[in-house]
Amino acid sequence: MKAVINHVRSLLDKEIRFDGRKLDQYRKDIFVEYGISNKSAEGSARVCIGETEVVAGIKFEVGVPYPDSLDKGTIMAGVELLPLSSSNFESGPPSIKAIELARSVVDRGIRESEAIDFKKLCIKKGEKMWMVIVDVYSINDAGNLADAIGLAAMAALKDARFPEYDAKLDQVLYDKRTTKKIPLKYLPVAVTVVKIGDKFIIDPSLEEEEAMDARLTVTTIEDGRLCAMQKGGDGVLTADDVSIMIDLSIKKGKELRKFIEK
Amino acid sequence: MSKILVTDKEIVVPGQVLAEGMGFLPAGAAFRDKDRIIALKIGLVNIDGRLIKLIPLKGQYLPKIHDLVIGKIEDVMLGSWLVDYGGSKYAMLSARNFLQRNNQVDDLSQFMDVGDVIIAKIYKVVRKNTVDLSMQGPGLRKLGNGRVIEVSPPKVPRIIGKQGSMISMIKDQTNCRISVGQNGWVWVYGPDPNMEMIAIETIRKIENESHIPGLTDRIKDFLNSKVGKVDKVVKIDRVDEEGKEDV
Amino acid sequence: MYDKRFDGRKMDELRECSAKVGVVPSAKGSAMFKIGNTIAIAAVRGPRNLYPKFLALPDKALLRCNYNMMSFSGSGDRVRPGSSRRDREISLITQKALEPVLMLDEFPGSVVDIFIELLQTDAGTRCAGICAAAMALADAGFKMKGLVSAVSVGLIGNKMLVDLDNLEEHHEEGNTDIPVAMISGEDGITLLQMDGFCKPEQMKKLLELAKKACSKIHEVQKKALLEGFEK
Repeated sequence: MKAVINHVRSLLDKEIRFDGRKLDQYRKDIFVEYGISNKSAEGSARVCIGETEVVAGIKFEVGVPYPDSLDKGTIMAGVELLPLSSSNFESGPPSIKAIELARSVVDRGIRESEAIDFKKLCIKKGEKMWMVIVDVYSINDAGNLADAIGLAAMAALKDARFPEYDAKLDQVLYDKRTTKKIPLKYLPVAVTVVKIGDKFIIDPSLEEEEAMDARLTVTTIEDGRLCAMQKGGDGVLTADDVSIMIDLSIKKGKELRKFIEK
Repeated sequence: MSKILVTDKEIVVPGQVLAEGMGFLPAGAAFRDKDRIIALKIGLVNIDGRLIKLIPLKGQYLPKIHDLVIGKIEDVMLGSWLVDYGGSKYAMLSARNFLQRNNQVDDLSQFMDVGDVIIAKIYKVVRKNTVDLSMQGPGLRKLGNGRVIEVSPPKVPRIIGKQGSMISMIKDQTNCRISVGQNGWVWVYGPDPNMEMIAIETIRKIENESHIPGLTDRIKDFLNSKVGKVDKVVKIDRVDEEGKEDV
Repeated sequence: MYDKRFDGRKMDELRECSAKVGVVPSAKGSAMFKIGNTIAIAAVRGPRNLYPKFLALPDKALLRCNYNMMSFSGSGDRVRPGSSRRDREISLITQKALEPVLMLDEFPGSVVDIFIELLQTDAGTRCAGICAAAMALADAGFKMKGLVSAVSVGLIGNKMLVDLDNLEEHHEEGNTDIPVAMISGEDGITLLQMDGFCKPEQMKKLLELAKKACSKIHEVQKKALLEGFEK
């Protein structure tokens, strides 16, 4: 709605947000719950940021290693923006928005940061490897699904325990869960920074997302290094903008990471 | 064998039997199903002699002629706009129900375009949800900058109050401009964003507590406590640029 | 001879159930229903514009259900994303189970969409979905002549049981699985399916057991709908 977009923009000009938050403040009700589907999923989690809610689950499968990484296992990430969670999402195969989130927020963040030592997912070189499959679903969209999705994926990975694998029968024994965790070297955290006018805000609400000029989702690890970046929105970002947004992401990433450091 | 099975002010669920026997009259969301009166929605029971009324606490908006609604322009067509007001179908606003003059205008988007928020009145309803809107009347206009929230349609009468007393109280205390649509969409603008937040919080409180007696006093106290904390209150005129009064 | 249930329940005992409404705040109505380890959430969106238009009904809103299991909801293999034939069948029977109680004549030509997602499955999924969907519709304030409750009853050998779990559904002695949906306080069955073998006399008894179980589930649904209206 134009009336609302204009209002968001004019208030933001004076550094005021609808809900009274500071520009770089997350909503105060953030929580992470582990093992929400632990009877079926090998790892699972639920993340809420304000009223935005997502759930993530992990399933392990055993497959044949790729020819260019015979001693490594792999991870596959999927995101579904469920029509259950918003009137803006339709039924059917993952939309381009969902695919973008799966690739840029979950997949790249984990893969490029080498948060998982994929060699440790190898079962038998050249023959068998573990595939870790992360699936994240939106439950309610109240803005900033991206950050919630990134956090939920990491939380589910932390929660995950390997099932047993029977090499003779070449079968995963799902009903026999071990206590072995996925070795995580880092916890990459995605933070979305939105540019409206000449202001930068964190954790956009739905109205702020509608009013945005551009956004940058930056995934960082503990030591502040960047491992993934994705620009979105129709507007243009200057190099200075990017610099500011990266600094914000590193700072806020540290805050958000606390929720999954346990 | 006539028998009332619930008590006055009890909250019931759909399908719950309110009374047995033929000696009662259903009203509101109560319904006669053979020889029983049942609830059709989650609601508050109101027993008045033989009249068993069920006040729904949840429900959809049913468009009625003369209702004021807030909506969003969804599409601009030749001679009319398509308006989303949260109903089961989009409503139509024809150019002749908007323009004062009778001349032909080719491109209506010069007046109102997709995304604009309007307050209009329902001019005609056909087949329950085919709605024709009109913007000719006092206070009907394109709305300016502001927040728009959605409240549950059955709560709208409590939010407005008897002869507008509740909403006037909120407007006076917060100095906000507020327009409440019967469809549950509410537009709020105060030059002071803190006051906007308080106005919205108050409206939400009415929405959540309308079934608990003593609402008016509670809301009065709530507003006093919230507004009292604010340093200064910006006084504004309750009319917009075109001199049209808020409704 | 199956005379002691794996989890120690009595033959006519339901697993522990719980429910909550309003779990998807942006939807008109929503609910979560959990029975044993089966968790279903449902959200209602609409009544709203219907696409494609040719599906429109002239005198009332179309009720459209979409049932889906999350990929990590199965205790074994990952569930392949996308709508399977089973999903589509369950979507249809869910719609049929709820339609009889709904009065949607105030919204001709439009659609009421119900989305059901399973977060975790341990049998009784279509029934859990129906229970959640019925609550979500009531939460949304649609006119309903009753609440719909659903549970599966069945046989292992000749033993009659209520609310079979996954282990029981795969019992080596062979089993019969009968999902049933009923309208609260009425003699109305809106869903009845059967997988397996059953004698006619057994069916009569099983439907009686289903009725008792459904009324227990109805209490759970009612409690969830009334929560939040404390004075």
